[in-house]
Amino acid sequence: MSKGNFTRRSMLKTGVATGAALAVPTIFTGRVWADGHTGFTNAPGEDTVTLGFNVPQTGAYADEGADELRAFQLAVQHLNGEGDGGMLNTFSSQVLDGTGILGRRVEYVTGDTQTSSDAARSSARSMIERDGAIMISGGSSSGVAVAVQSLCQDAGVIFMAGLTHANDTTGKDMRANGFRHFFNTEMTGRALAPILEGLYGTDRKVYHLTADYNWGWSQERSIRAYTEGMGWETVNNVLTPVGAGDFSSYLTPVANSGADVLILNHYGGDMVNSLTQAVQFGLRDMQANGKNFEIVVPLFSRLMARGAGPAIANIHGSTNWHWSLPDEGSQAFVRSFGTEYGFPPSQAAHTCYVQTLLYADAVARGGSFNPCSVVEALEGFEFDGMGNGPTLYRADDHQCFKDVLVVRGKENPENEYDLLEIVEVTPREAVTYPVDHPDFVEGQLGTCNPGA
Amino acid sequence: MEAIILQVLNGLDKGSAYALIALGLTLIFGTLGVVNFAHGALFMLGAFIAVTLRRVFNLSFQTIDETRTDFLGNAMTVNTPYVEHWFGPEVGSTIIDWSVPLAVLVAIPIMGLVGVIMERGLIKHFYKRPHADQILVTFGLAIVLQEIIKAFYGANPIPTPAPEAFIGSFDFGVLLGFDPFSIMYPYWRLVYFGFSAVIIGAVFAFLRYTTFGMVVRAGMADRETVGLLGIDIDRRFVIMFAIAAIVAGLAGVMYTPILSPNYHIGMDFLVLSFVVVVVGGMGSLPGAVAAGFLLGILQSFASMSQIIEIVPGINQVIIYLVAVVVLLTRPRGLMGRKGVMEE
Repeated sequence: MSKGNFTRRSMLKTGVATGAALAVPTIFTGRVWADGHTGFTNAPGEDTVTLGFNVPQTGAYADEGADELRAFQLAVQHLNGEGDGGMLNTFSSQVLDGTGILGRRVEYVTGDTQTSSDAARSSARSMIERDGAIMISGGSSSGVAVAVQSLCQDAGVIFMAGLTHANDTTGKDMRANGFRHFFNTEMTGRALAPILEGLYGTDRKVYHLTADYNWGWSQERSIRAYTEGMGWETVNNVLTPVGAGDFSSYLTPVANSGADVLILNHYGGDMVNSLTQAVQFGLRDMQANGKNFEIVVPLFSRLMARGAGPAIANIHGSTNWHWSLPDEGSQAFVRSFGTEYGFPPSQAAHTCYVQTLLYADAVARGGSFNPCSVVEALEGFEFDGMGNGPTLYRADDHQCFKDVLVVRGKENPENEYDLLEIVEVTPREAVTYPVDHPDFVEGQLGTCNPGA
Repeated sequence: MEAIILQVLNGLDKGSAYALIALGLTLIFGTLGVVNFAHGALFMLGAFIAVTLRRVFNLSFQTIDETRTDFLGNAMTVNTPYVEHWFGPEVGSTIIDWSVPLAVLVAIPIMGLVGVIMERGLIKHFYKRPHADQILVTFGLAIVLQEIIKAFYGANPIPTPAPEAFIGSFDFGVLLGFDPFSIMYPYWRLVYFGFSAVIIGAVFAFLRYTTFGMVVRAGMADRETVGLLGIDIDRRFVIMFAIAAIVAGLAGVMYTPILSPNYHIGMDFLVLSFVVVVVGGMGSLPGAVAAGFLLGILQSFASMSQIIEIVPGINQVIIYLVAVVVLLTRPRGLMGRKGVMEE
């Protein structure tokens, strides 16, 4: 029996090669090619449009991530005409009518950022390439926001940042396809410093513990600039790893450092641990330089306050938004969210909800899902009715400018949600910084990328 | 001087946790010859026993208080824990407050049972397999346990406070003649250190002064000879596995007020504890304990800003650096038996 040329192995090889060759033309018939015909990445069909919600479901910021996801789901409900409509009723722009976005029913996919830039990019890429998401939102870390924003710019989709507070997001790393509703560390410095001066005077010595990544550095730089500006001396700044858990070895040197103020540039689970442990180590009871020792948390949130429990009493910080704000928009959102989930929303939930509505509104006003149309509709957009008073999406850097809240941990909360009280609503004018501010001037928006 | 005393104190509680986990790891390695990568998961299970007991104590029924309003303006729903209802508000709230120490009592039988099930159900099938197989299977088990906890309790850390009587700090400064507030140390961390010392002492006393312990020590030295003497060493080893599981579990229970437990807390401690075991010497119980405290204290010193300024990042690598130096100069570890790591 003669041996043929086609052995099993060669057949397999040929099969694989043929398959690969046949697969190549699918690039021209697949989604990417189809999108090319409509001029931008992931153009939706006639019936539905898909949004991608990328939040930390694990890691130090998982609490925020869970609340962000709840808010996104609520926003989708309201856009699709379900529920009570929430802020759609109070939003100054009234083009959204509960029929989805431009007549397409809104669907969504989710990803887990794991509070890691690599994981976040990977899940965002998957949502764009596999699920056809036309807008990505979420995140709870500036490192993640910067990474995903850059990916979205390259892919040609819009990035509506969630909780990201570092200056770089709309400074050094700004992108034309990226937008931030949340405030930043510069605004925190501007809002918080006058309150700290009034409370603790101008003669103070400060010890910083700083989360060792993009946001921590930004927070420390901003708050240091403003506290030193009012006469406070910086004694030390120690960088701590994200997710360190036990901060005791960083906290113990504080007592003998000559400092009388500890500023914790930490967030999420890290803040819960460092603040709780700082109180356990007796720093709140200490006296130094003849003054009561004080702890400041520049970026505060109710979720952190809940985690830290009684340790938050009388601790001051800033926040983007709080559920107790009395304006109509905030209360409409609290009512919707509270009825749906049984507790009030966090600032992370608020910013994500608002960002989703703002995106949908920009598409509707521009009449197109094309990212360049969305960019045009959002740049310089003035709106109200979404909490924090009148708000501007500044065209130069895609940063929202609005009132910033200074809050204090309550000593005797009435219930588990009543943890922070608003000390001051710092008006938008006071926190607005010039476009050529040194911390932001390095950035270049570039031009919008519609992809495809 | 104050700073040095503080960092030594500070290293003690971290060192206590390392030592307790490393002690269990060494017991299992020394008696059964198994490298148990699921040991950190046992620490985590202990922590979640404390979390669960607190939740059980907090199980409540709801009543409506018309005189107060919630955040939506509706009449306030008030939760009353059953234990407060049954035992009165004062006794009830004390029971809830003391849930972490009470969890120790619950954890002992549960962790013992978990240890026996783990050993009989899985580990015993791998005694004669290579260490690589044991590592793979126990690591897999650790991930399974971790994911089960994540599915039930979520990914977020769950604050589990110490009893109110232990909130606050002890002023060592005044005691030692330094300025007040110069050396403050939280009460609960002192409790943890004391608790660890008791557990470690009890394990050593058990091995040193009981016939059972004597046989186990003999088994650790030469398993085959002890078996030839007609002693059922396997049964004793099961008990040792259970004891190791209980030690890890109790370490986890008592650590919850120091660090809010989450599903990967065990893995965080496991890696460091293995380094502790290697530095102390595989198979050496005193080595595990001594290295646990030594590395805990070294890690604390490495986190001092004066040190970080000179060598940035040293706080995160110090333990591994020490391990490298020890292994290069003394492969058997500080107190390890000759031959265990030098085959």
